[in-house]
Amino acid sequence: MLHYRVLDMTDEKGWMCGKILSELGADVIKVERPGGDQARNIGPFYHDIPDPEKSLYWFAYNTNKRGITLNIQTRRGQEIFKQLVTDADFVIESFPSGYLNDLGLGYSQLSEINPKIIMTSITPFGQTGPYKDYKGYDLVVVAMGGFMYVCGDEDRPPVRISVEQAYPIAGAEAAAASLIANYYRILTGEGQWVDVSIQECIARELFMELCFWDAFKEVSVRAGPRRRRMATYQRDIWPCKDGHLGFRMLGGRLGAETLRGLVDWMDTENMAGSLKEIDFESLDLSKVTRVEMEEWENTLCQFFLKHTKDELYKRAVEKNMLLCPGYIPKELVEYEQLKERNFWIDLQYPELGITIRQPEGFLRSSEVQCRIQRRAPLIAEHNEEIYGQELGISKQELALLKKEGII
Amino acid sequence: MNREAKNNSGKPPLEGIKVLDLSAQFMGPEVTRTLASFGAEVVRVESIHQHELTRVSAPYKDNVVGVNRSFVFAASNTGKYGITLNLKHPRSAEVVKRLTIWADIVVENFGPGSAKKYSLDYEQLRELKPDIIVLSLSAQGPTGPYSMHPGYGFNLLALCGFSHFTGWPDREAVAPVGAYTDFLCPWFAVVAILSALDYRLRTGRGQHIEVSQLEISPHFLIPAILDYTANGRVQNRCGNRSPYASPHGAYRCRGDDRWCVIAISSDEEWKAFCKVIGSPGWTKDLKFNTLRGRKDNEDELDKLVEAWTVSFTPEEVMTRMQASGVASGVVQTIKDLVHDPQLKHREHFQILERPELGTHIYENLAFRLSRCKGGWKRPAPCLGEHNEFVYTKLLGMTEGEFIELLNEGVFE
Repeated sequence: MLHYRVLDMTDEKGWMCGKILSELGADVIKVERPGGDQARNIGPFYHDIPDPEKSLYWFAYNTNKRGITLNIQTRRGQEIFKQLVTDADFVIESFPSGYLNDLGLGYSQLSEINPKIIMTSITPFGQTGPYKDYKGYDLVVVAMGGFMYVCGDEDRPPVRISVEQAYPIAGAEAAAASLIANYYRILTGEGQWVDVSIQECIARELFMELCFWDAFKEVSVRAGPRRRRMATYQRDIWPCKDGHLGFRMLGGRLGAETLRGLVDWMDTENMAGSLKEIDFESLDLSKVTRVEMEEWENTLCQFFLKHTKDELYKRAVEKNMLLCPGYIPKELVEYEQLKERNFWIDLQYPELGITIRQPEGFLRSSEVQCRIQRRAPLIAEHNEEIYGQELGISKQELALLKKEGII
Repeated sequence: MNREAKNNSGKPPLEGIKVLDLSAQFMGPEVTRTLASFGAEVVRVESIHQHELTRVSAPYKDNVVGVNRSFVFAASNTGKYGITLNLKHPRSAEVVKRLTIWADIVVENFGPGSAKKYSLDYEQLRELKPDIIVLSLSAQGPTGPYSMHPGYGFNLLALCGFSHFTGWPDREAVAPVGAYTDFLCPWFAVVAILSALDYRLRTGRGQHIEVSQLEISPHFLIPAILDYTANGRVQNRCGNRSPYASPHGAYRCRGDDRWCVIAISSDEEWKAFCKVIGSPGWTKDLKFNTLRGRKDNEDELDKLVEAWTVSFTPEEVMTRMQASGVASGVVQTIKDLVHDPQLKHREHFQILERPELGTHIYENLAFRLSRCKGGWKRPAPCLGEHNEFVYTKLLGMTEGEFIELLNEGVFE
């Protein structure tokens, strides 16, 4: 759907942005420093071999992109970059605020070369402001964004999600932002600068906590498997025999069917306890006492602990119950629903002599196919194609540039 | 940025784009909220007969229940017009027809197969308006053995693998914030809509786009998924640890339940860290000199780090560390967030005024465009607030037509 060229200069803070645009058809060129992005040294690695061409982290978020190397700290490198910008529609980057400006490659400078250029800059806190120069790793932004404080057990430190989330989230929001700027450009012919703050991306997730603050000036706290709802904290995550479930006790229209189905089943095993006495339709959880809630939760836990994820999910599907198993990666990969939806692609890695199963379809369109055409690029894989064939740089000069560390 | 900002009174890019928002709960409204921020005209369709979840979600103003008193609805629906329409009424079909012809984009999450019941599926809409763009949202996709299984963000996050990765290795999984997947997925949908608009400008053709939380969310776990598909390994949650950094975690600070985070991945950062904390004797122990050494002795290291942080407020830790190039932050509460100087600078939290709620806080998006100032012209609508305006002014009904349908109960 998108017929654009994107120069992707991001480190891992912005990889997801180019990935999304590429799956919608954009020609995304990953611009790395000679020797490759630093984050190619972050694992996990294929077969645990630490090698910048074997990083699964790199493979995850750089599919569909072509790859070139360029040292933009050199004058010649900057010249080449500017040449690339003349034919580009987007530049995405995640350097510290002011870094590109100092190299003569900031938005105001690039827009003089190409007034249509849209530059999307992704940083932990934004281009300006008291924290603009703060270093941000995932851990720092999810703490500063408010996510961690309300996550984890009460008697342990605040905790984050172990698979880093902040950067892919920012990349996704940056892709949306870039296309809004793009729409403006379609109408007016003008590019612009898009300034994405990773902290703000995280802050939005504190949506409910903000509502409780707004209403009662109340600070929500972490409560393990429970989340703040109405007057109390109630379980969202429940243990079962072989793992855990996602489930909420809900009354009224939304939850009555689920609870009735569940309690009927529990009753056949004589485990329904006092849950049998509840009138689910009129159940108003805001009026339930803490003692009652704990008792019901215990009764439900006892029952769940006797059954596996598969058993519970099967019955949930049959009886239309609002309940899901808590999957581990293996189960997600084997999940029938994703297979039926043709969600997976077995992507070729000729250098490794294998294919690796990766997620593909994040949207279906009646008009176009959104596909992953190729694996993430090798270091300098497309130097010849882009510098040689497109920019017309001779083989001799390419060899010289390589020798001088410019590419 | 300020130099470019002088130009940011540019026309909102999506001005003139009309969005019929039939969706409910979180994900759809989040998508249309974003479009509204940049000028799209969004009409939210509800019914008095069946209130959507966020209309009847606590917290309420002064704890008094009311469809216009929920902070949750207000926070997700800024900038939209609100109408009521009884889709089960036999005469609603003619209203749907007019809404469709008015709209450029239709957003719905009725669930697989349900849109057809209301004459709102893509084929039917396309007959009325050939270049219509329809975005259908679902929990697990429109087809497949689990497509009809109900799902909301708060349990889909478990299905999609996030809760497994939240918490401590020696304990149960815990719940990550809220309806987590509800806040990951909207961006993909916004990208899809904008791409479809672009496509339509080029080709004159609309399209039907289908996205689901199940098919978007795993994109945020790809490295862990590949560790399984390429290496056969199932990763587990690991608290705040990282294989590539140490110290790396949350450390207790001075005050009640106050914490900082520190993340050190390079030897350079480690040296700077040691200096900040005054180079105490233990930092000279050779076993802490390398990342490998720090990882091998991480339990001990964490205790030593915390012995230092516990004497300072998290703000003091963050300021000192960051001044020396060490990544560190405050574990912020919602109160901290609302007072955060950087978020203030970004104008992240804004105030709007609304009948029955009074003033309420809403959040800006996470990005700023140098030429286009995003924002919402109006607060979230009261139930049916804009019926007369939308039906007569936007759809062009006469007063007579409007009153007739109103009396028949179509606008409920």
